[in-house]
Amino acid sequence: MDIRIENLTKQYGQQRAVDNLSIQVRTGEIVGFLGPNGAGKSTTMKMITGYLGIGEGKIFIGDKSVNEHGDELKKHIGYLPENNPLYLDMPVVDYLQFCAALQGVATSSIDQRIRSMVKKCGLNAEKHKKIGELSKGYRQRVGLAQAMIHDPEILILDEPTTGLDPNQIVEIRKLIRDLGKEKTVILSTHILPEVEATCDRILIINKGKIVADGTAENLRKQSAGQEIVKIKIEDAAAEAIQHELRRIKTVDLVELVDKNENRFEVQSQSGSSSKRAIFNLCVEKGWVLTELIPLETRLEDIFRNLTVN
Amino acid sequence: MHVIWIIAKRELLSFFDSLIAYIMLVLFLGFSGFFTWLFGSDIFFAGQASLEVFFNIAFWTLFFFIPALTMRLLAEERKTGTIELLLTKAVTDREIVVGKFLSTFLLVGIALICTLPYVITVANIGMLDVGQAVCGYVGLLLMSSAYISIGLYASSITSNQIVAFLLALTIGLFFHLLFGILASNFSGIVGQVFNTLSLSNHFESMSRGVVDTRDLIYFFSIILIGLFLSELSLTKRNTQ
Repeated sequence: MDIRIENLTKQYGQQRAVDNLSIQVRTGEIVGFLGPNGAGKSTTMKMITGYLGIGEGKIFIGDKSVNEHGDELKKHIGYLPENNPLYLDMPVVDYLQFCAALQGVATSSIDQRIRSMVKKCGLNAEKHKKIGELSKGYRQRVGLAQAMIHDPEILILDEPTTGLDPNQIVEIRKLIRDLGKEKTVILSTHILPEVEATCDRILIINKGKIVADGTAENLRKQSAGQEIVKIKIEDAAAEAIQHELRRIKTVDLVELVDKNENRFEVQSQSGSSSKRAIFNLCVEKGWVLTELIPLETRLEDIFRNLTVN
Repeated sequence: MHVIWIIAKRELLSFFDSLIAYIMLVLFLGFSGFFTWLFGSDIFFAGQASLEVFFNIAFWTLFFFIPALTMRLLAEERKTGTIELLLTKAVTDREIVVGKFLSTFLLVGIALICTLPYVITVANIGMLDVGQAVCGYVGLLLMSSAYISIGLYASSITSNQIVAFLLALTIGLFFHLLFGILASNFSGIVGQVFNTLSLSNHFESMSRGVVDTRDLIYFFSIILIGLFLSELSLTKRNTQ
């Protein structure tokens, strides 16, 4: 099921939590919501799930508007809220049973669904404990299990990996990736490598507006603009090398990083690459090029550029 | 299974899991048993096989116990945030409200079933007016429903259980006592209005074995208004 959001706006008093937001998420896509605290990620997710009323604009799931068919659409959505609220006095299995029954899973298949969720989320050893007795990581797994218990077509996960240890994080990411093949997944997170590892597409939100939209690669390309390479050249004096490098047409800036080791950072003019030219120069002069490392713009930098001030 | 029943069942089980149910049952049976059989204007002085003494005591004990049962229904979910999960499941706000109402109603029902030995005892002592006994029980159930509905509303507007308890008790006190007192202090149409609003009056006639449609309409209006307002305060999140 596709999700289509059109000109969504939500106002809290004076503050605009979501400001004229429009996105489309297709089936089989895993979309990562990134944004600083208070950017409007959770608010948007809450509106998709039908917990919060839609201020202005429209949200369509499939072809149905959430405003008109909200109660009917809830069956197709699995939702893990942030902070993962659960009934602490209920045993895990009872809780999953309750959720499955509420979501309209047929009585005959409830047990089988619970078994498969318990297995998928690694809850087998803890399944008869009360949720309140579980550690944060296990509670998070219960939260994920209840979100997926009815095999929903849409998964909305608000910070799904908080509180998990590194091994669990890897498992859960894999789980989300597997699920994302046939389902529509929207997840929000603060952890940047996570988006890169799990999501097909990244949406960066700031102050209720989308400031970037695309794959991690695309975002890099857009924001990178200029190619930067780190190089190390042997068999010549640093000054001479620097002088020659500057004469290459496509080079914009040459910075001597380490004089003793002859390390440089070369920034090309936007839209062009100087890697070949540098190699050719070395061949021509008889220098040895021992290192050439293209510098990738890190997602952190993109994120900072887009969301600070 | 219908979702209302699923919600009610979970809620009822959690009453028993958290011991609230047992404490409530023990206190209710203890109080009503003590005052019916052992102390004060006890049943043996009535001179006839009637459960009126018990009904009058249950009338007061339930008044105090019900807010204690209802205070957590929605306030706790609000506080812990589980309300968000519940509301995003495939249930409507109304089903949640009715399910929660039903759970407490069933618990009160269980408490009243536990008093059936009283009926059997009295029936063995003398000629029990069965119609009156049935009416009394129906009256107790209707009164409880009214207070559950009020308590549910109180619980729906706050995330603090103590506030919910006190609020339910305060609103309940008006129906239970204050409207009756006001009615006796006013004359004419104002007095009549207060008289109609007083829950005690309606209950009294039922516990004496008289079922009047006006009493039924009165109880059902309170129940429905309470449920409606609770649903409204759940739905209010949408327009904020």
